[in-house]
Amino acid sequence: MNLDIKLRVSNVEKFFPGVKALDKINFAVRKGTVHVICGENGAGKSTLMKVINGIYKQDSGQILIDEKVVDIKNPIEARSLGISMIFQELNYMPEMTIEESLFVGNWPRDRYGKVDWKEIRKRTLALLEKENLNYAPETKLKDLTVSDIQMLEILKAISYNSDIIIMDEPTSAITQKEVEVLFKKINELRERGTCIIYISHKMDEIFRIADEITVFRDGCVVDSRPKENYDMETVITQMVGRKVESIFQKEDIELGEQVLQVKGLTNAGKFKNVNFEVRKGEIVGFAGLMGAGRTEVMRALFGLDEYQSGDVIIKDKKVHIKSVSDSIDKKMVMLSEDRRRFGIIPVRSVRENVSLSSLKKFIYGGRLHADIENQTVEDLCKKMNVKTPSYETSIEALSGGNQQKVILSKWMVTDPDILILDEPTRGIDVGAKHEIYKLMTMLAKQGKAVIMVSSELPELIMMCDRIYVMAKGEITGMLTRDEFTQEKIMAYATATKTQ
Amino acid sequence: MNAVNKSKLWANLKSKYSIYMVLLALFLVSWLANENFVSVENLLNISTQISVGTILAFGQTILIISGMLDLSSASVLALAGVLSVSAYKMTGSLMIAFIVAILVGVLCNVLNGLMVTKFKAPPFIATLAMMTMARGAALMYTNGQNIYQIGDYVVFGQGRILGIPAPIIFMIGLLVITWYLLKHTVFGRSVYAIGGNEEAANASGINVNKIKMRAFIINGIFVGIAGILFMSRINGGMPNGAIGYEFKALTAAVIGGTSFTGGIGTASGTLAGAFIVGFLDNIMVLVGVNSYLQQIVRGAIIALAVIYDIWAKTKRTKQKLGNAESK
Repeated sequence: MNLDIKLRVSNVEKFFPGVKALDKINFAVRKGTVHVICGENGAGKSTLMKVINGIYKQDSGQILIDEKVVDIKNPIEARSLGISMIFQELNYMPEMTIEESLFVGNWPRDRYGKVDWKEIRKRTLALLEKENLNYAPETKLKDLTVSDIQMLEILKAISYNSDIIIMDEPTSAITQKEVEVLFKKINELRERGTCIIYISHKMDEIFRIADEITVFRDGCVVDSRPKENYDMETVITQMVGRKVESIFQKEDIELGEQVLQVKGLTNAGKFKNVNFEVRKGEIVGFAGLMGAGRTEVMRALFGLDEYQSGDVIIKDKKVHIKSVSDSIDKKMVMLSEDRRRFGIIPVRSVRENVSLSSLKKFIYGGRLHADIENQTVEDLCKKMNVKTPSYETSIEALSGGNQQKVILSKWMVTDPDILILDEPTRGIDVGAKHEIYKLMTMLAKQGKAVIMVSSELPELIMMCDRIYVMAKGEITGMLTRDEFTQEKIMAYATATKTQ
Repeated sequence: MNAVNKSKLWANLKSKYSIYMVLLALFLVSWLANENFVSVENLLNISTQISVGTILAFGQTILIISGMLDLSSASVLALAGVLSVSAYKMTGSLMIAFIVAILVGVLCNVLNGLMVTKFKAPPFIATLAMMTMARGAALMYTNGQNIYQIGDYVVFGQGRILGIPAPIIFMIGLLVITWYLLKHTVFGRSVYAIGGNEEAANASGINVNKIKMRAFIINGIFVGIAGILFMSRINGGMPNGAIGYEFKALTAAVIGGTSFTGGIGTASGTLAGAFIVGFLDNIMVLVGVNSYLQQIVRGAIIALAVIYDIWAKTKRTKQKLGNAESK
């Protein structure tokens, strides 16, 4: 019996039809520590967290809190036991206000059963003050950034007096600056004695924040040690079960002629006077903080949004792209940052997702020819190394990395010259990231022009020939490969031209 | 591995063809329950009876797959039907009568389509408005009176070709057209994609508004044809005819496995759904089930179909999680 242990997982197993998702999991989280859980997608970490949070019920084994066995049937029970979970994909109701959302499902009521708004306001203000946050309680969630909403989720957890807070990849959608704010909060919580279970792939973060690290692979715990006894290489090796070079080697590719030139592109309120160019075989990065306008520029280029002024020149021809199909005709395609929302058609098959943007290619005599379609899909998926049981499998059944490769395949069927990749490695595991890097290199070698928008500076620095940095809707700097450092990029990303 | 594949294949077959197995089971049970059920004449009767609703259901199927629906189909059917009958009485031309019905169906559905694509009205509301307007227009045009003595117009609904009632031939023809559109054309693929994830379909280069508009126009053609068959079968232009048929159509589509969350459904599933309802109605009459009880049974079947749809979906999601974890 160790009183220092807050949460203990003992021999937990969980089966899904045909799969053993969790195989006799054992580990323990000590009071007032940050316990990082890492592992590739599908390693079982999210399943275990769902068991701890009462979303799934384990098939065998026990969960102990303060060394007492507990039976967690649903998230509400988990909450009453002091467990809160902050999900990777934050689901929130955009029309709710901060104060409504803080007490959702738990609104204080007066003696007539009416919701007591005065009490809510009072408690909200007290909470905000105590946590030193500067929000107006009546702000609607839709007006907040991802990191604000995350902070509210943490606030909610605090308001429930949770002493175990699970965070599932909390930094996957927030900027470096916001990460600092989050880490500060985590440190505060740790000092108060709260346990944080922190799920992440990002090595630099893991080593900054962790007290202990547990590595998952294929539904098993590989190892669990204090941070001091770990190094990055060991963690990565344990995660993938094989040795992977932690740094991807960019290949030298000869650059060809200019393919895309953008001059003075402006859409008031979103971005203004954006100038850049991309050459054949070149990988051009776009860095910047969240909200810097990078995605907005790309969406306008791709015909998803409009722009008010400026010129887009593709292969020496001025074009005005008004729709996505226009852009595809001009051989420019874009992989969206939000795969679930703008990428996949969830209920449909891999085959249908791949051929979606090029259906006209399979039409002869007014009829879709399945044989040609199947052949094309198969060829590309093999080239792109898509791992799927069959091409008729629903795309939902694939891992994030494979879904991303399916979408890349979709665009490759259109035979593009210019590929805009907006956060191509977001939310996918280390192994799959490397495959995406390899594919990007392959595409550049084939003479495609690649634009890579990313919030992860190390990957931009690793992959790009040049990096444009944006801040508040404008390009504030451009760096060539020999000038790349995280510090320089951050300096431009936080700069404003007007000041 | 092989065994896993086989069991997966079986699960796949089961989910894909369960609706036809239900239909077959119902057929066999009805056969056993009453000796009059299986006769050429009774089966042709059932098929003719469900034809109008099923034709509406094909249009609904396309719309529901793309994430929409049409509440106005029965009212537009009535409007198209009375105008068509009236056109026949004025001109004596079956051809003109046919064209009028289709034009009216298409026009009303272009309006539905405009409301949905240009003004971004939810299809439920847009077609609810059309439902009320079209019924009003049909009543206004006829002054609330039925049009009788429609002469040769009855050939559409009561004629036979090679002994098969014409409505069945129309139903089968439109089944084939719906199947072909959904399965073998860019339009069909786009319909599934839009229903599956509209924003992703748009970001993949599909002209969402154009496809939605086309879906409504095709629905309009089907509604027009249904209008001709309906009026022709009842020997008159009835502005108050076919009330509630839009729900018959929705019922057939839903029982046939068309998912109201979009992206899933087939023409043949809808046909099977229509036959399930048709067989059930018929056998309940044959064995003398109380007519009020019949309604309760019909409603219960819809509830079951929806529960099954949602259950199958959660199972799929769970399997998905299982698969993902296994990698």
